[in-house]
Amino acid sequence: MYARKTSLVAAGAASLALLAACGGGSSAGGSGSEASDDIAVSATDTTCDVDATELDAGTHQFTVTNTGSSTTEFYLYAEGDRIMGEVENIAPGVARTLLVELPAGEYQAACKPGMVGDGIRNALTVTGESQQLSDDEQLQTAVEDYTRYVGSQTTALREQTQAFVDAVNAGDVATAQGLYQVARTYFERIEPVAESFGDLDPRIDARENDVEEGGTWTGFHVLERDLWQTGDLSASGPVADQLMTDVDDLVTRVQTLELQPLDLANGALGLLDEIASSKITGEEERYSRTDLWDFQANLDGSQTAIASLRPVIAEADPDLAAALDSAFAATQADLAQFASGDGFLLYTELTTEQLQGLSDSINALAAQVSQVPAVVAG
Amino acid sequence: MKLSRRDFFGAAGVGAAGAVALGAGSWAAGRDAEPATATAAAGQDAVEFHGDRQAGIVTPAQDRLHFVSFDVITDDRDALVRLLQDWTTAARRMTRGQDAGPVGAVQGNEYAPPDDTGEALGLPPAGLTLTIGFGPTLFRTADGTDRFGLADRQPAALVELPAFAGDLIDPTISGGDLCIQACADDPQVAVHAVRNLARIGVGLVSVRWSQLGFGRTSSTSSDQVTPRNLFGFKDGTDNLKAEQPATLDRFVWVSGTESWMDGGSYLVSRKIRMLVEVWDRQNLRDQQQTIGRTKGSGAPLGQRGEFDPVDFTTQVEGDVAVPPTSHVFLAHPTNSGTAILRRGYSFVDGSDGLGRLDAGLFFLCYQSDPETGFVQVQRNLRTDKLNEYVQHTSSAVFACPPGVTGDDDWWGSGLFG
Repeated sequence: MYARKTSLVAAGAASLALLAACGGGSSAGGSGSEASDDIAVSATDTTCDVDATELDAGTHQFTVTNTGSSTTEFYLYAEGDRIMGEVENIAPGVARTLLVELPAGEYQAACKPGMVGDGIRNALTVTGESQQLSDDEQLQTAVEDYTRYVGSQTTALREQTQAFVDAVNAGDVATAQGLYQVARTYFERIEPVAESFGDLDPRIDARENDVEEGGTWTGFHVLERDLWQTGDLSASGPVADQLMTDVDDLVTRVQTLELQPLDLANGALGLLDEIASSKITGEEERYSRTDLWDFQANLDGSQTAIASLRPVIAEADPDLAAALDSAFAATQADLAQFASGDGFLLYTELTTEQLQGLSDSINALAAQVSQVPAVVAG
Repeated sequence: MKLSRRDFFGAAGVGAAGAVALGAGSWAAGRDAEPATATAAAGQDAVEFHGDRQAGIVTPAQDRLHFVSFDVITDDRDALVRLLQDWTTAARRMTRGQDAGPVGAVQGNEYAPPDDTGEALGLPPAGLTLTIGFGPTLFRTADGTDRFGLADRQPAALVELPAFAGDLIDPTISGGDLCIQACADDPQVAVHAVRNLARIGVGLVSVRWSQLGFGRTSSTSSDQVTPRNLFGFKDGTDNLKAEQPATLDRFVWVSGTESWMDGGSYLVSRKIRMLVEVWDRQNLRDQQQTIGRTKGSGAPLGQRGEFDPVDFTTQVEGDVAVPPTSHVFLAHPTNSGTAILRRGYSFVDGSDGLGRLDAGLFFLCYQSDPETGFVQVQRNLRTDKLNEYVQHTSSAVFACPPGVTGDDDWWGSGLFG
């Protein structure tokens, strides 16, 4: 998608190679600055205790310890769920750190056990110096924020794909089934980025009918078929290994990714279009029926891209910013009706009426998001 | 009178609409910049949107239909009112042959979705009429919820139709909170209108079902030639006509209720599948006996000309000419005791997977009260021989308010005001 859209707004391209200098891949801004503190976050399956409610402006370190039984994530959100920093893929028993620079403002620290939903949230007030950014600086910050998000997602994608591939190679159907949607979540959140590398997206994510006659079908969905339809992994090894190679390739290529502000806006709409065209119809996960996991991942990715741009939108068109906030919240709530355990109901468990409700919801949201590119383009 | 494509180009210089639409500057100017005005729809001209009555009821029936039924998916009355106002503005523009929105399909910000979808660029108004109706569920949902504070304004006449013998109704293509009937002489103009109204309504309404129709199956004006339906027979010879104002006042227009519906009319829609393959192997005599008219001229059996009055006493070879089980016998006002304004269209929705065309009549009719209109007629058709060849598969009833009287007025102003 990014490859196909021409970007006219040149303000603030950023690449991960530059941001990587900040260290950690999942840490925000504040290059070179050291954190003066280390705030403990204790995450379980039902709680999220943050050892601070007020902070001074500046760079802070959070250490998130997962004592629950589900893999969790930790996010620091500014207004409109703009992500200031996040740590993905915190396995049970593991502690991970986040280094993030926070200007004065109201924030929310959230743990997301099971990686779905709004998360368990804690208010966090930061006092002191506030930022006054020019329009170009705001756009540049948006691109940097979102590029950092892409980096952390692809890092988690590689880790989770490796675990999934290992399970396939071990012939462990149950474990591989459990890991399949976890790995895919990280892919689906940033799918437009993968699409920008023309050949990679089809290699990783093609459905059987996407492949030309005589072509070779590879990627996640081949293994999905093997896991859910045939239950036979005897010939799956080479496919799994190729998937790992392709995901590694994606992670490498993302290092030099240069995004434009308009890419964020178009990508956000593209993710919703993905939901509207292939998730709501049940085409994507035709064997596992886990389409609603993809729905959530696409929605998260879209919301993150829009939230990165939120200060720009709020300044240019406050009504649109408010409408986007409520439309994303409404669709999240509509989807949450079908949450089940750590995930969702299967596609086949929803009635036609319920699917139509989700379709209406996503179309209403997309109508708002479709207004954003013109705002960003000024 | 339908103009052929050649006639259309030949006549292009005549109407303002045609001249602008086909001129070299038509793309730069979007669709017709000035409202085209014409007293009669002549295939390409505009039909006046404003009036005491909604257009699209007694307006001479255009050749094409796109009908859509919506569910309202918001509970916010103010949002619904704004939508009806936005729809009215867009409908006023599109019936004049203009883009749906003020910016246009190709004139806006390059990074914004256009406020018109563009497929009608270069097309004339094509006699487009847009007619709105409100379904019973807008006033009170099936479980009795009054979502918009309208329950006490629901007309007594606006109730769900009863079940009729032989019905095979699919609820997913029946009913609805709102409907829009788009009629035009160009199918693309009708589809464009419905598509843009659905686009404008996103997030507030959801398309429940929609139906395309071709080939009007009724005349609603004596200027029109009686068309044929898919059974091959002339249909609507004795329909109510625009030239019969007193009859229309009695049977079509609502009056004397001292409510927002005065000046409106009730619309009944029925999708009627025709088993055409079965019909086509019936001999001509049986076909004519089933309908009650001759297939060639359309004359009632026992008469000579199409418009000769039906005479139920005429005998041929010792039998009544028009059999008492024929469609004309049972549906005729003489025997049904009432009259309705029919405005249906033929449809062929592909095939049905059993080697048969999915074909039939999308029946639309207007009346001052469904109970004494369609319901009364349909009940009288219990013994209709035609029932062997038809199945009713969808059903809906809507209250169509009076017309939009001017630029400040909007669809539903009387109901919501």
